[in-house]
Amino acid sequence: MIYEPSFMAVIIFGGIVAITLGLSFWLGAKAKSAKGYFAAGGGIHWFVNGVAFAGDYLSAASFLGICGMIAFYGYDGFLYSIGYLAGWIVALFVIAEPLKRMGRFTFADALDSKFQSRGIKLAAAISTLVVSIFYLIPQMVGAGALITPLLGFPHYVGVLMVGTIVILIVVTAGMVSTTYVQFLKGSLLVIFSTVLTVLILQRGLSTDPVNDGKSTHQFQIIGPAASNDIKHWKSELKLNEKDRLIPLDQGEWTTKDYLQLTKDDKISYWKLTENADKQFFLSETQYKQNNKNGSTIINGLPQGTGEGETDFYPVGRISKLPGDEKETGPLGITEFLSTIRESELILWGSDTIKEKDGAVLTIYFPKPTSGKKVLSPGNHPKFAGIRRDEIYGKLNFLSLMLALFCGTASLPHILIRYYTVKDQASARKSTIVGIGTIGYFYILTLFLGLGAMTSGSLDVTNSNMAAPLLAKSIGDWLFAVISAIAFTTVLGTVSGLIIASSGAVVHDLMSSFMKIEMNDFAKVRVAKIASVVVGVIAIVLGILFEKFNVNYLVGWAFSVAASANLPALVMLLFWPKTTKQGITVAIFTGMISSLTWILLSADSYKGIYGLNPDHAIVPFSQPGLVTIPLGFITLIIVSLLTQPKPEGMES
Amino acid sequence: MAGFDHGSNEPDEQENNETISRNTSLGLKLFTVYLALYGGFVFLNTFSPAKMEVVVFAGLNLAIVYGFILILAAFVLALIYGWLCRNDVASTNSKNGGAAQ
Repeated sequence: MIYEPSFMAVIIFGGIVAITLGLSFWLGAKAKSAKGYFAAGGGIHWFVNGVAFAGDYLSAASFLGICGMIAFYGYDGFLYSIGYLAGWIVALFVIAEPLKRMGRFTFADALDSKFQSRGIKLAAAISTLVVSIFYLIPQMVGAGALITPLLGFPHYVGVLMVGTIVILIVVTAGMVSTTYVQFLKGSLLVIFSTVLTVLILQRGLSTDPVNDGKSTHQFQIIGPAASNDIKHWKSELKLNEKDRLIPLDQGEWTTKDYLQLTKDDKISYWKLTENADKQFFLSETQYKQNNKNGSTIINGLPQGTGEGETDFYPVGRISKLPGDEKETGPLGITEFLSTIRESELILWGSDTIKEKDGAVLTIYFPKPTSGKKVLSPGNHPKFAGIRRDEIYGKLNFLSLMLALFCGTASLPHILIRYYTVKDQASARKSTIVGIGTIGYFYILTLFLGLGAMTSGSLDVTNSNMAAPLLAKSIGDWLFAVISAIAFTTVLGTVSGLIIASSGAVVHDLMSSFMKIEMNDFAKVRVAKIASVVVGVIAIVLGILFEKFNVNYLVGWAFSVAASANLPALVMLLFWPKTTKQGITVAIFTGMISSLTWILLSADSYKGIYGLNPDHAIVPFSQPGLVTIPLGFITLIIVSLLTQPKPEGMES
Repeated sequence: MAGFDHGSNEPDEQENNETISRNTSLGLKLFTVYLALYGGFVFLNTFSPAKMEVVVFAGLNLAIVYGFILILAAFVLALIYGWLCRNDVASTNSKNGGAAQ
């Protein structure tokens, strides 16, 4: 979709960035030592740190990805919210206090506190870098996706802007400024999401949502018909003799069930569907055709806002309210959800078809769906396996929920935040504040996502824009604020990840593993150089991975973090026979096996290599169910094989 | 940000082994409670997704209600943990009269 840049959004965005940078420079004066740079001197108030936890955690994927997934697939997006939050229970009850007790700057410190092993430092540092970079890519891609509608710039400009601002933030004051950026952003996100939710409930639900004073385009769905008869469809569509309606059954169209309509020299595609009662329906679609010569056609016309040009219609609405009402008026919390459950909504699916002349068509078609189904699991293609009898779909879902549960307490940029407070009690209290803030926000995501689903404002091509476009459907000022917050969301998360990476490079790799002697001043200087390098890598990857799905990459980061880091952390805390060799080998095994599994999965075959996903080597895409236990088993076996000999034996 | 300033990094807390042991044991017990709740939710979704469609409260289905319970339970258990760990085990014997957090 083409977005009109919003002047107000630019002003508000500029204001928030200016405040953030001002805060960074001001706080920079307070962080001259290594402890100040990496761990904010250990003097952050627990409440600030708790909200900053929320700022760190509610990344672009959480805010934009979950709202978008709920808006397009319903309840399945909320499953991510639940899994992401549940991970904090592992962090609070198992990891937080021991980690604070054992470490100084990085989570490698904690792992290595008992053994002082260079192997552990190396493994933990590499794992931190790998997870951080995987987590950085979707944040940068998210930045690019946001900047286009916000300021009207291309994707790479957005990535460059975020990268440059973040490098400035990190280099000026390290963890102190990053913490306050996260505090600011976490607070704003929760406050304005609450405002947005209240406005959604006040607005209620309507079968004809209005955007910018215009009604939503009502896509035609013709039927039911007892048979798939062209004459019947022609008559229903009131076509004249010059118009042509033909079934498409050549090449890639064979299995897709489309009819092509040529009317007034304009081509459109109609999707044929059959329900369980053998009744046929014909649905109006919208499509994008990317021609080999680089031109783009939308719904039969060049894409644009001028005369003779067109653009995608915004989508997302309720087709039937209970009692065939047209609108509900203001609704309460449970009333909003129960009304959606009793309604019928229009969700959207898509098909991609490559024509013989090289043109690629992406067709978006409406799917009338009952509210009961929308508010139940199994609508998203990646979760659909739980509705089928075959076991691999179910294992894939179990594996994802396990990775979400175990991944949070293994993310380096979350773990280092335990060193910014002064003691274990503060670590505990800040985690409780974090859980409260994050849990509250995740409850709001259900209302934001469903609000977007019924707002008539969705961009059918980009689910990440659901939350900002929902805000726009309520008011330009809200769109401006939410877009600016979404942008600072990316800024904050990227800052934390770059700090974690620079800590791993300087403290774990250079100082501990390579044994390079550095004083505090030198450490901070090298860390700032490392931050610039990691920032530049993130910018480059953010531009290269433009077309990748943001949630897909975040799933990678969670799985790799849980497989590599969690077994080592947990066993070190609770199994006295753990050895340094066991920890080192388990980290490498978890990291390599989860990466390998991901690269050999059906998702990678389809998304990265463009191969047939049915030929994938591993049976399901999410690695956690296999690679997390593998990490534990490896650690146990290697530790048992490398037990120190009893003193009597040695003598 | 009065009251939330970037302050001293001197720990208020001087943990002893009894406190560490008490906190660890309590953490593991509460973790087990939540794991059972979360495990039940994941297994129901995986092996009996149709059950999640059953309306259980105020027109809301089990999927929504169980999801909200999981989010609220995380916060409630966190508060319980924070409350039970607020005092040092040996606080009555310590020279400072306890390091209440």
